[in-house]
Amino acid sequence: MLITNLSILVLAGFVGYAVISKVPNTLHTPLMSGTNAIHGIVVLGGIILLVEGDAEGILNDVLLLVAVVFGTINVVGGFLVTDRMLDMFKQKPEPAALPEGESS
Amino acid sequence: MVLASFVTDPAFRNVLYILSFGLFIYGLSGLTGPKTAVRGNRIAAVGMAVAVVATLLVDDLNNALIILIGVIIGTAVGVPAARQVKMTQMPQMVALFNGVGGGAVALIAWVEFRSTDGFTDVPTYVAIFSVFAAIVGSVSFWGSNIAFAKLQGIIDGKSVSIGPLQTPVNALLALIALGCGVAIVAGQNDEYLILTLLLAAAALGNLLVLPIGGADMPVVISLLNAFTGLSAAATGVALDNTSLIVAGMIVGASGTLLTQQMARAMNRTITSVVAGGFGGTVEAIAGAEGADGGTVRSTSASDVAIQMAYARQVVVVPGYGMAVSQAQHAVREMAKLLEGKGVEVKYAIHPVAGRMPGHMNVLLAEADVPYEQLKEMDDINGEFARTDVSIVIGANDVTNPDARTKPDSPIYGMPILNVDESQSVIVLKRSMSSGYAGIENPLFFNPKTSMLFGDAKQSIADVTEELKAL
Repeated sequence: MLITNLSILVLAGFVGYAVISKVPNTLHTPLMSGTNAIHGIVVLGGIILLVEGDAEGILNDVLLLVAVVFGTINVVGGFLVTDRMLDMFKQKPEPAALPEGESS
Repeated sequence: MVLASFVTDPAFRNVLYILSFGLFIYGLSGLTGPKTAVRGNRIAAVGMAVAVVATLLVDDLNNALIILIGVIIGTAVGVPAARQVKMTQMPQMVALFNGVGGGAVALIAWVEFRSTDGFTDVPTYVAIFSVFAAIVGSVSFWGSNIAFAKLQGIIDGKSVSIGPLQTPVNALLALIALGCGVAIVAGQNDEYLILTLLLAAAALGNLLVLPIGGADMPVVISLLNAFTGLSAAATGVALDNTSLIVAGMIVGASGTLLTQQMARAMNRTITSVVAGGFGGTVEAIAGAEGADGGTVRSTSASDVAIQMAYARQVVVVPGYGMAVSQAQHAVREMAKLLEGKGVEVKYAIHPVAGRMPGHMNVLLAEADVPYEQLKEMDDINGEFARTDVSIVIGANDVTNPDARTKPDSPIYGMPILNVDESQSVIVLKRSMSSGYAGIENPLFFNPKTSMLFGDAKQSIADVTEELKAL
């Protein structure tokens, strides 16, 4: 099992490197916030430990609750904010009115 | 019943995990272009949903209430934060999200220690990977929080250092954390060991990021991102979860790649950034300044407007100052007027302009600047020679010619935008203070350069008014 997992780990590292190196500088902020959201997958770790129910006691419950909260913030916030950002990179039809900027 | 037992079969769960990381990779490969990027991000989000559902497909679901409460609270915090954050505040938002991810990793490792009675009766590798996750997760959580506090202005963004003791203290903290980790792996199961490990790593995270000045932030944020990713992958090995391993490693690889690129764009090594050299060495040099004694030419909004209106090509060089004064919409409006007068407008984006990789691109995209007008450093540098006016908006160090010519300058060797090759340069600046790194910029004293002092957004708005009047 360990060997299989280590193989996956090494291969995933190279796949990640290959995929990410094609991303242009312009999209680096969304890339970062998108990958940021993906590492929120640690929320699974918290859920797995809770589901298995091996970790008993109030302190364990509280720690795992916080972990799930943290992980969820990471995932949900990360994907949403990336979506908002990427939306701006889409070509929009020229708006008739100029937005903001006319503060005087 | 048959369906239920099929769905809760571990093999089915594993297939879902494989599907989820397939979606992550496929989604991320969509980020290579602005057209496919939105879809790519959503595909990755679907992958995440698949992974979460897979985790819940078990025969007896314990603690469902705690999970539900956790997800609800997390969503209630995450959604408004992501909805309301301003594009200029994106670096601190990313730092914060990154931090909570690292925090989750550290907490999970702690609970694993507790629930297995200090990793007794589990394979040694589980202990090793959990200890690694605990240390790196804790460093990442506290480091990201400090980065957030600096970017948000809660603590001073400049380099805060404890002096020459910095490196020995950091090394000592790392040794303490590692020592506890080795003891845990060797079979000790005293809970104080994991607590000491987490605290030492926490202190290390604080001390690593505190001395790092604002200009180095793109490197640090990328590095912390890589840390959290790697710690998530380690958690995946400890919990035997392929989806976690793959997702964590992809983030680790992406963070590492970005860190390298950012460091290269500043001509600095990652170690020198982490050692926080910039702030310290620079002050001595800034003090000895003024010897150059050049004069600074100040200009007015109407002069700038006239100069640009009769140019063939204008290159806008944005920096952190544009983010601070939220001038991106005003810049776009000005550019539109110029284009209406037949002037070609381009934007020169230095890789480390701003506080995170690609920061300027996001702001300009927010203001609807066409993607094709955003030029990377290598593409635009050859064009400055045939550019009539370069307008530098709140950028400083990335235009400093000392990086090419003055070997004793702290930024010597850093690739810069060769703004000084254009026919004339207009620098928008709040005052004559030096840049974030505290280095004097001879560009300001160049006879081709004129300065327009004031808030960037206000100055641009003034220029725009003058352009309209022309």
